[in-house]
Amino acid sequence: MKGISESLLHPTLGTAGAVAVMGYLVVFFGLVLLLAVVTVMGRAMEPSRRKNARPAPGSPVPETAPPAERPAAKGTAGQLKLYNVSQRDAALIMAIVANQLQKPINELRFRSIKEVRDDEV
Amino acid sequence: MNILDTLGKLASESGFAGFLAAGGWKNLVMIALACVLLYLGIVKKFEPLLLVGIAFGCLLTNLPGAGMYHLDMWDAYVAGTPYTTAAGEVIEHITFTTILHEGGLLDVFYIGVKAGIYPSLIFLGVGAMTDFGPLLAYPKSLLLGASAQLGVFVAFFGAVLLGFTGPEAASIGIVGGADGPTAIFLTTMLAPQLLGPIAIAAYSYMALIPMIQPPIMKLMTTPAMRQVKMEQRREVSKTEKIIFPIAVSAFVILLLPSTAPLIGCLMLGNLLRECGVTDRLSDTAQNALMNIVTIFLATSVGATMVAERFLSLNTIKIVLLGLVAFAISTVGGLLGGRIMYRLSGGKINPLIGSAGVSAVPMAARVSQDVGRRYNKTNYLLMHAMGPNVAGVIGSAIAAGFLLSVFGG
Repeated sequence: MKGISESLLHPTLGTAGAVAVMGYLVVFFGLVLLLAVVTVMGRAMEPSRRKNARPAPGSPVPETAPPAERPAAKGTAGQLKLYNVSQRDAALIMAIVANQLQKPINELRFRSIKEVRDDEV
Repeated sequence: MNILDTLGKLASESGFAGFLAAGGWKNLVMIALACVLLYLGIVKKFEPLLLVGIAFGCLLTNLPGAGMYHLDMWDAYVAGTPYTTAAGEVIEHITFTTILHEGGLLDVFYIGVKAGIYPSLIFLGVGAMTDFGPLLAYPKSLLLGASAQLGVFVAFFGAVLLGFTGPEAASIGIVGGADGPTAIFLTTMLAPQLLGPIAIAAYSYMALIPMIQPPIMKLMTTPAMRQVKMEQRREVSKTEKIIFPIAVSAFVILLLPSTAPLIGCLMLGNLLRECGVTDRLSDTAQNALMNIVTIFLATSVGATMVAERFLSLNTIKIVLLGLVAFAISTVGGLLGGRIMYRLSGGKINPLIGSAGVSAVPMAARVSQDVGRRYNKTNYLLMHAMGPNVAGVIGSAIAAGFLLSVFGG
């Protein structure tokens, strides 16, 4: 190996131990530094996240009624009903079920997904 | 023209004659090994996208007379010594240009490994495929990604103990990071002579994660710990996802400049995915580019599995040390998980710690499966994805550290 000292090319157990401990600490230091950056970034984004989550005061309420449900196309499984479950979680759950059953997701029919709370079980 | 002489000449120049030459039996052993690896990849589906290419590269390089890969030429390149071609011409100084002129097809492919291009491009694709949302929603999972690098440094120490040089031990240790491209990148830089066995160990153990990790997870946690249901994390904004790759690149590369190729490409791929204006590039990085580079990477890594280098006691030591590295990294992640379980007052399921060993998303799936075995209503997958992607960054930092110490 070009350019490294003999003590690193053929390290003693002491040197190897010191390198191992130092390396592990450097990995922790790097990721702790990143943790601090990500945490600060998350805190800085908090106000804009809240703003997006709440409708702005005085924002106009739509006066028109929501459009009537369109009839499902022929051959489809119909509309999936979600109860206290976000679309993202529903997609995740369907993917997990398909994976567990080892079936393509388009061959499965989901009628509804409902969150069952611990106190309801 | 003497027909018998011509036939005799053809026979003596054929590859079959090579098997009868001194050491020719070793090529037969390697061809058999290539067939076993092909079987594992095709029939058992062990990391098939890589293992099939690696096995086929191994097959091609061990067919006598094919001349697709020249081990002695690469040895001369690394050592900076003269090289004598088959025609008897002596080349004083081997460069990539010489290899393009004198080398076989797999020598040309291997330039991409040697120059660190393929692992970096694979990281570009990995970045484009990875959602760092779970990590941003729960940044403390970065600590699990760090603790799961324990095996890297324990295996490094073990390799020194078994008589490997410092750079070789560093390359063997990185198998514990459970990250194939990182292992290939570091080994090419520090110990290219060990690339074949290290790549095989890394990818084989990654494929065996569902078998290696669960017994360790059971041993390191109590049934009560395994049943912990974790709370849903906060939503992550688009802006955070865009700033994250930029911030990570800046901080990690400033900390360890040697990680620049890997972290830079990983985060560029992720930025292409998240910024929302480069969907075509993100799609190419995830699919077409990734597939093309995988073919080149796998076949050229397989080509390094030359009989005279691969069939040695060192290969067995590397395979064993790789297993130790994987197992101890899993232990490290679970220990981190247990500490977080205690500190959080039992709100963190320690099973997500084992996902800190990169191997995205296999290790996170194992956390999910083991967790569901003890609580049918438990879904740990998204929680385990945080440590899982943190492990990718952690193993790149570990590789960067080892490269800066042993890279000269």
